[in-house]
Amino acid sequence: MAGNKRKTPDINASSQADIAFLLLVFFLVATTMNTDKGLVRVLPPIPPEDVKVEDQKVNERNLLLVFVNASGQLMVGDESMDIRGLKDKAKEFIVNPLDDENLPEKKETEIEMPDGSKWTYNVSEGVVSLQTTRDTSYEIYIQVQNELTRAFNEVRNEVSQSKFGKSFADLSEDEKSVITKAVPLKISEAEPRKGAIKK
Amino acid sequence: MAVMKKKGNKELPAISTASLPDVIFMILFFFMVSTTMREQEVLVRYKLPNASEIQKLEKKSLVSYINIGVPVTHMQAKYGTAPRIQLNDSFKTAKDIGDFIAAEREQLNEADRAQMTTSIKADIYTKMGIITDVKQELRRANALKISYAALEAQVEK
Repeated sequence: MAGNKRKTPDINASSQADIAFLLLVFFLVATTMNTDKGLVRVLPPIPPEDVKVEDQKVNERNLLLVFVNASGQLMVGDESMDIRGLKDKAKEFIVNPLDDENLPEKKETEIEMPDGSKWTYNVSEGVVSLQTTRDTSYEIYIQVQNELTRAFNEVRNEVSQSKFGKSFADLSEDEKSVITKAVPLKISEAEPRKGAIKK
Repeated sequence: MAVMKKKGNKELPAISTASLPDVIFMILFFFMVSTTMREQEVLVRYKLPNASEIQKLEKKSLVSYINIGVPVTHMQAKYGTAPRIQLNDSFKTAKDIGDFIAAEREQLNEADRAQMTTSIKADIYTKMGIITDVKQELRRANALKISYAALEAQVEK
């Protein structure tokens, strides 16, 4: 066909850059960069009203009481403490390396491994109870939460190192759930106290 | 002089801008991939606390946000300077959280509802009283997965 021989004129592409700029500016304005990160927690469910709440008697040795007062001072167990010492104290509480009678008891638990075998591990029964007053500042609360999480993460890391030879962050999802079962994150967040702590 | 022979033909050739669109597109794609859509106008001013053990929230669509802090300057005439709770685009009280969670849950797939996470973005100077009220309401609304939004900080040794 004769018509096909005619050359099509080039489309002027000089405005392509402008169009791209326009899109770029739109995305710059309409989007945000910051990714959401935070300390993840699971709240305890509210017990149904018709069921009588049985006083869950946690054995005293299984409970580490962390109390933060309105001026940000810390009481851990029976002693007042600086926040820098909290992590090690919590770690000692979770691991109970010497099987101390005043530290939490351990319960032998069979954990299923990703390859199907069973692994018996002494899971600690300890619960860290974090209590605040209504006037405690959120900043110190998050700091305490962070220190406690750090303690749990370090213990998980150590268990993971001895079990899999890798740090917790490098494990696969299945292996992670094994470690999580061996070292559960047990931080109880009770309702705030009205006033001073009573013994 | 001998060098001056080619007089008048000395203009520099124009720099080709043909690759400029490609460069801009590259920047565009970078921003499209690395950013997320702004979802709501923030009506409170907050400075998030620092923490080192933070985890990234997995799926953005499953996260609902509760902002707690002092209202921004142009809202202070109406709402005062005491810390307030912001849900969606307005100030609410802790009692409205149940409805808010129910509405958010309604928007999700049934399969995803159990995965719903609530991110609490609270100012560091907020008192725990208001946070606890929010937490109690969340428990009542059965939205148990929460995340205290925090900024990444290095562990000081």
